[in-house]
Amino acid sequence: MTHKRLWTWLVLMVTATTLLSACGKKPAQTPPTTAPVAATTTAPVASTAATTAATTAPTVAPTAAPTEIPTVAPTATPVAGGTLKILYAQAITVINPYQSTGTKDLDGATVIFEPLARYNQNDELVPYLAEEIPTLANGGIAKDSKSITWKLKKDVKWSDGTPFTADDVIFTWQYCSNPDTGCVWMSVFSNVDKVEAVDPTTVKVTWKKATSNPYNVFVSNTGMIIQKAQFANCVGKAAIADAACQKANLAPIGTNAYKLKEFKPGDTVIYEKNPNYRDVANTFFDTVEIKGGGDSTSAARAVCETGEVDYAWNLQVPAAVLTPILAAGKCDTVAGGSFGVERININFTNPDPILGSKRSEPDQPNPILNDLKVRQAIAKAIDRKPISEQLYGPAGAPTCNISVVPLAFTSTALTCERDLEGAKKLLDEAGWVLPDGKSIREKDGKPLKLTFQTSINTIRQGVQAIVKTNLADAGIQVDLKAIDPGVFFGSDPGNPDTLQKFYTDLQMYTNTPSDIGLDSYFVSWTCAEVNSSKVKWSKANDTRYCSKDYDALYTQFTAELDPAKRADLAKKLNDFLVNDVVVIPLINRMTPNGKSKTLEGPTYQTFDSVLWNIQSWKRTS
Amino acid sequence: MTQYILRRVLIAIPTLLVISFVIFAVLAMAPGDPLAQFALNPAIPESTRQLIRTQFGLDQPWPIRYVKWLTSLSRGDWGFSFSTKSPVIDIVWQRMPQTLQVVGLAYLIAVCLAIPIGILSAVTQYSIFDNIATFFSFVGFSVPSFFTGILCILLFAVNLKWFPIVYSTTLEVNSLATFGQQVRQMFLPVLVLVVQQTAALTRFMRSSMLDNLSLDYVRTARAKGLSDRVVVVRHVLANSLIPVITLIALGIPTIFAGAIITENLFRVNGLGALLITSINNSDTPVVMALTFIFSILTIIFNLIADIMYGVLDPRVRYG
Repeated sequence: MTHKRLWTWLVLMVTATTLLSACGKKPAQTPPTTAPVAATTTAPVASTAATTAATTAPTVAPTAAPTEIPTVAPTATPVAGGTLKILYAQAITVINPYQSTGTKDLDGATVIFEPLARYNQNDELVPYLAEEIPTLANGGIAKDSKSITWKLKKDVKWSDGTPFTADDVIFTWQYCSNPDTGCVWMSVFSNVDKVEAVDPTTVKVTWKKATSNPYNVFVSNTGMIIQKAQFANCVGKAAIADAACQKANLAPIGTNAYKLKEFKPGDTVIYEKNPNYRDVANTFFDTVEIKGGGDSTSAARAVCETGEVDYAWNLQVPAAVLTPILAAGKCDTVAGGSFGVERININFTNPDPILGSKRSEPDQPNPILNDLKVRQAIAKAIDRKPISEQLYGPAGAPTCNISVVPLAFTSTALTCERDLEGAKKLLDEAGWVLPDGKSIREKDGKPLKLTFQTSINTIRQGVQAIVKTNLADAGIQVDLKAIDPGVFFGSDPGNPDTLQKFYTDLQMYTNTPSDIGLDSYFVSWTCAEVNSSKVKWSKANDTRYCSKDYDALYTQFTAELDPAKRADLAKKLNDFLVNDVVVIPLINRMTPNGKSKTLEGPTYQTFDSVLWNIQSWKRTS
Repeated sequence: MTQYILRRVLIAIPTLLVISFVIFAVLAMAPGDPLAQFALNPAIPESTRQLIRTQFGLDQPWPIRYVKWLTSLSRGDWGFSFSTKSPVIDIVWQRMPQTLQVVGLAYLIAVCLAIPIGILSAVTQYSIFDNIATFFSFVGFSVPSFFTGILCILLFAVNLKWFPIVYSTTLEVNSLATFGQQVRQMFLPVLVLVVQQTAALTRFMRSSMLDNLSLDYVRTARAKGLSDRVVVVRHVLANSLIPVITLIALGIPTIFAGAIITENLFRVNGLGALLITSINNSDTPVVMALTFIFSILTIIFNLIADIMYGVLDPRVRYG
């Protein structure tokens, strides 16, 4: 009796499961956020392809002879079409660049949007929506540096067929500078007094105060132009609260070579050829697919070993794992520029837990590290070679400078070879001597012990281990600490383990200038930026370093408008910090992106998206 | 029976409230910043971060945020995700199909494999088959999925090139070729999950069978002269399936939770992957929605399992 009923139940259960899964599938069959379909017909205009503009005036004192952008002249005759497959470790979650939560979102937006101009891999400006780069020479930049006038390309169309005008540029500023919009890049526009249209294809930006970097606004991935018609009602609180605006953030209309076809937030974006693009005849791929998720190692395998994808972003994998994968021979790494300098920061205040709430406060000097000789000894004892060779491989090169981009602004005066004997001598001079039979130096009976924190990351723990042995050789004991990245970088004022609180003697992380101006980069060692409980640890100077001489040099740098003199001052600032051992630069990190050997176009990037020239990517045979 | 179900449903409401409160409190107190990826970007100063937090409503104390969350939930509004700036429920629906396809299918296959293997193992206890089955189920038990997953990727995808590493969630199955593609891309993640789930179920099925095989009624059945096959299938199996079915029913909600590691490894990007990335990005509304849906499902299937127990086993009666 029982078994008959039992089998009935079993069958019922299986059916129920199937039904349940069928129910789950249903809603997804309605197409996920699709891009508005273009209304008008194809209208290819002006053959002024953005990338052919290698001759345009470089921004800041050109680094070398302007090298050509390596995207032209294909070796074989490729058959246009097909899908370009791109793999990202982090998935794109939103396409509106002003609502982005990470670089990956900006990259996803880059495929659709264009700014007025972009940086190429040599940090030179290339016009995109602009006709030419405004300079002092062509009158685009006002003599008093109080304004910049951009001439826009004529006959540019949005992917829905409507014309692109100066109003869209003005709107972009209005959208992002409204405090209620929650625009991530609001501070980029902070120096903008007003943006006005001289005529429908000319935009004039007036600054609140004269600036040395007029290319900060409407340029690169933080200055992409959004369509006024689509976002007009999304300024302020509506930006993310309104249902129509939520849709627009996920399916925006752009001017670039590709437009949105399908978007699954946090998973996959599919773009298709934009028929209204001004140079549609040269758009190579029919569709572009960016898939997110997974780990860097399998991403490297997918592009280098199985060849499933054409391009993989940020293969941050220890060299020992990456090298054999690269050996499969299907891919090249694209590495260069700077993703940031991995550095060890010195804490000039005392992080001793005994101090309680006075820990790492500016009025508590560090008992060990305020001695320049000790800092110099630490810098001399560190060996960058194994860090670079064993851990970073193609992902980084050793550097002695804290400021490595742009090249014209980078100091060449410093060397940083390991000098263990020199380090020992300096420590002896500073009074830290080795007692007989001991391996740790002492001074007044106190051992030379330091704490060293960083975020949890395979490579970073490798570096910590190397630094620990390096310093042990010199008689310094280092206690290591690794913190969850979400906490370490999280800037939560309630958490003791953030990098801003800096409750250890040394800490390591990467940082990079956000724009070519470098002002906002060098500011983070000035007295005004010193972190403390008073400012709720919201400032940028976590070393708590404060020097009148540095501040004076920095003020001089920000006031200077002449590029050549600025370059000179930038080098001086860099040398000042390194010579005073405020920071110990270790590695110039490069994002090693992987590209299939048959893909042509990807370059490395420092001040813009790595997909900055995606409109010209193509496949070769 | 109706009264029993009604009582259980009523008890479930305060349970869910407590669960949601606890999860909300834990998430509110956990460290993290939705803009952590831009942590050191000098172009995003603290003032901008503050504005964005205000826009997300994070400037209010968390008990108030919880009450707001609860009231909007009662209106059917799950809130919007911090990272996509769009309604949470849309994303959940979008992720559901791939999770059900991969994790659900793996569960179904695991059940279909585990029951016969468990029966055979028990009937032929200590035979070669039983030993091999035991060996493999211990391997499945003890080897974590990130290890079997990487092993499978290296062997089947990198060396043999039979299956892809990257799962495409946008693949539309509309022809035999695309169906083949779908089967190929599902193979590895399903395999990894099946190995794990079969292991547990096989052991359970086997021990449940062994418990029954030594009982008096089995001896009676044999004494009556019934064939071995009838004894095993009609009498022993029927009785030993009762606890196994309860276990299977209780396992169904875990399908909806996805498989965090396997989904991440093969880029299936289902609910499990959504949960872990949302936790990492401090995307509280998404984490709340997923955990809450999961709690509801767990309570529902617990109830179903209890009811089924009563139906299947005449000795269990609910008052």
